[in-house]
Amino acid sequence: MDKIKHKLLVLSGKGGVGKSTVSSQLALYLSHIGYRVGLLDVDLCGPSIPKMLGLESKDVHKSTKGWVPVYTDESQKLGVISIQFLLGDKDTPVIWRGPKKNSMIKQFIDDVNWGEIDFLIIDTPPGTSDEHISVTEELLKHNPDGAILVTTPQAVSISDVKKEISFCNTMKLPIIGIVENMSGYVCPHCSECTNIFSSEGGKLLAEQCNIKFLGKLPIDPNLSICSERGINYFTEYPNSSTLAALKSFVDNFSLKPNTTN
Amino acid sequence: MSDQLVAPPPENCPGTQSEMSGKSSACAGCPNQQICATAPKGPDPDLVEIEERMKTVKHKILVLSGKGGVGKSTFSSQLSFALSMDENVEVGLLDIDICGPSIPKIMGLEGENIHISGQGWDPVYVQDNLAVMSVGFLLDKEEDAVIWRGPKKNGIIKQFLKDVYWNELDYLVIDTPPGTSDEHLSIVQYLKTSNLSGAVIVTSPQDVALIDVRKEINFCKKVGVPIIGVVENMSGFVCPKCNKESQIFIPTTGGAEKMSQDMNVPFLGRIPIDPLIARSCDEGKSYLITHPNSEATKQYNLIFNKIKETVK
Repeated sequence: MDKIKHKLLVLSGKGGVGKSTVSSQLALYLSHIGYRVGLLDVDLCGPSIPKMLGLESKDVHKSTKGWVPVYTDESQKLGVISIQFLLGDKDTPVIWRGPKKNSMIKQFIDDVNWGEIDFLIIDTPPGTSDEHISVTEELLKHNPDGAILVTTPQAVSISDVKKEISFCNTMKLPIIGIVENMSGYVCPHCSECTNIFSSEGGKLLAEQCNIKFLGKLPIDPNLSICSERGINYFTEYPNSSTLAALKSFVDNFSLKPNTTN
Repeated sequence: MSDQLVAPPPENCPGTQSEMSGKSSACAGCPNQQICATAPKGPDPDLVEIEERMKTVKHKILVLSGKGGVGKSTFSSQLSFALSMDENVEVGLLDIDICGPSIPKIMGLEGENIHISGQGWDPVYVQDNLAVMSVGFLLDKEEDAVIWRGPKKNGIIKQFLKDVYWNELDYLVIDTPPGTSDEHLSIVQYLKTSNLSGAVIVTSPQDVALIDVRKEINFCKKVGVPIIGVVENMSGFVCPKCNKESQIFIPTTGGAEKMSQDMNVPFLGRIPIDPLIARSCDEGKSYLITHPNSEATKQYNLIFNKIKETVK
């Protein structure tokens, strides 16, 4: 853990707002611009990261130094750990109560040999319960940069994020900022942009709570297709608005001093 | 039992009800050891009370999904609104999403509190025949986080089942959080002797959601909950400008219908994306009443009729 320069937790009270999408796109983007990145999926009952990165059928190996992450390609710039890699049959449900989930998370934090990496991004399940308390408690021992909160613009989701903010405050975990996902949908037939989940909510919330607004990610059907097929979206669509949004989003980060370049 | 513990259970806790309680190696040094070792084993006495309370509830329907944000709460609320449109039908809606309760907002009941009477906790009423219970009614402020580990969540779910005075109900719709963990195990365990009608499983069409939903179906099979059927939500988007349909969440592997066939469970139907559904939820209104002629309302009603037929 202490060989890792930056540790970021991706949180949201609400499910399906794009935590895993944001985590995996951020990880891909950071590795795309040259960093060494680790991506840890602590969603034990609904792990989506392996599917999103096209790594569904991979297994984790154990070495003397601990678990070896699954790498997306030979450059080994992006390593991934998820419970999905430990399941024999991918449709098997992980029917675990809290204590068992907590010990798995502790193992993920302590026993994975990430090597020397620049960023560790941790994707979480929705809520403010066992997984969140455990991973935050473990991380706080290792000086994390903080949490990125993901939301969609509609009010129901925003009220869950407010809970997530009070979670961070209670746990004394710094907040890096808020990302608004699924901001608008561009009709492929007539190019009309519709705000499916109403709009501007994330930005308003950030202003209200005095938290940095990191930016908006639009709904981009190509992104989920690439995710599902495990294709590198950035090389496939170098001029996309999503790429531009990710870039400004990373530029907006204020991380603890320790950066390499 | 779990409410009597003096500290959270340790990592390898054998469970407070098991024969090993207080005796396994993980129990050494646990502050609860004495409590667990001496507590009476066997059937939970609370289950008898829950059974008694649930006798006046005819049909109990769980709304489940492995994935978050696919529309469980939206579906649960619209189902409850729809069932209660017949004024002779009594409906209850129970929200067991403890860390992210959205039901109070969707039902237009934000800021409401529950009251305690001689008969137990009174639910909050939307109208005479539609009662709602959620942890949201117990919080001082909307933004308060419920930072609870499993045992405490299980305790409140048990109280909801045991202490809420629903009176006579035709339907109790139970909205759940995503996953296959404490809340899900507990609700199934607590209703084991109360004749749970079954589960409706909600998903969105894309494969990332279906992976989790397959796990949820296997969870139901494993714990013995009958599956009423699968609903595909957010299925297709009709552009308000050009009226053409496109797929936002693309069903790359055939969507929920194909998955239902593969897993041998009933497929109940599809509900298209309509931005007005999200708006109705934000405003706490019934979409079915405010938009009676929309395509989504038509599909909702078809699905609801199938559910009524199945549980009858």
